[in-house]
Amino acid sequence: MHQDRPTPPAPAHPGPGIVATSMRIDTESDVAAVCRVVRALAEHMAFSRSAAYSLATAASELATNLLIHAGGGQLQVAPLPGMRAGIELLAEDHGPGIDDLRLALTDGYSTAGGLGCGLPGVERLMDLCDIDSVPGHGTRVRAVKWR
Amino acid sequence: MKIPILRLGRILLVSIQDDLTDNDAMQFQSDLVERVAEIEALGVAIDITALDVVDSYMARVINDTACMVGLLGAEVVICGVQPFVAMTLIEMGRDLLGANCAFNLEQGLEILNRRIATRGDIHIDEDEDD
Repeated sequence: MHQDRPTPPAPAHPGPGIVATSMRIDTESDVAAVCRVVRALAEHMAFSRSAAYSLATAASELATNLLIHAGGGQLQVAPLPGMRAGIELLAEDHGPGIDDLRLALTDGYSTAGGLGCGLPGVERLMDLCDIDSVPGHGTRVRAVKWR
Repeated sequence: MKIPILRLGRILLVSIQDDLTDNDAMQFQSDLVERVAEIEALGVAIDITALDVVDSYMARVINDTACMVGLLGAEVVICGVQPFVAMTLIEMGRDLLGANCAFNLEQGLEILNRRIATRGDIHIDEDEDD
């Protein structure tokens, strides 16, 4: 394919080359890797810089949660097609689950000695945040940010 | 990854270049408090210019370290918070970085020196040494 013009701005919907990535989070270097993947995807999809940083921070938060609370898990980063482009972060683990969801979403509440603003932080950074948790079986957090 | 602690008179400089693992963070904190106590540092500048993603865990490590050093009696300043880091930190929750901040290392050092001068104890120890 010839391309003699400068690269056009990224299309409104995900095009070829913009694919979902699923990463296993087992170590803290995996957390850093997820941040890089998310930022690259956001930049590729022409998100604003502040949105790209919000996404990267939310991904870092979710990945660190997987590590600290569940001893590891899977984080999927997916571009959302459609009129309004978005990026979806899906964190899944088979950890202990969240006993009291309302409490976990309260600022300042933490079971693992964090600042207690991880999950509420993700809620604020992203446009949509769904948490599904079965105590004893695991947790699934789905967060979306639109462009 | 070991974080180098540089000495500039009675001031210590540390620059965090990368996300820290739990072990790195513990090592860094114990190295730093030991060094502060050892030379009775009057000021510590923590530079985070190189960090462009700071999540709540990283913010906690930075905050805790600043508080520890403060408890020992040194002045602390955090230098080089990136614009987008500031935005996301505030969006996530206030008070994620509680300590005093400066644009860059140079301004950070100026602030430290000024605060140390106001404290007025820099000469007390020097006199003891004589």
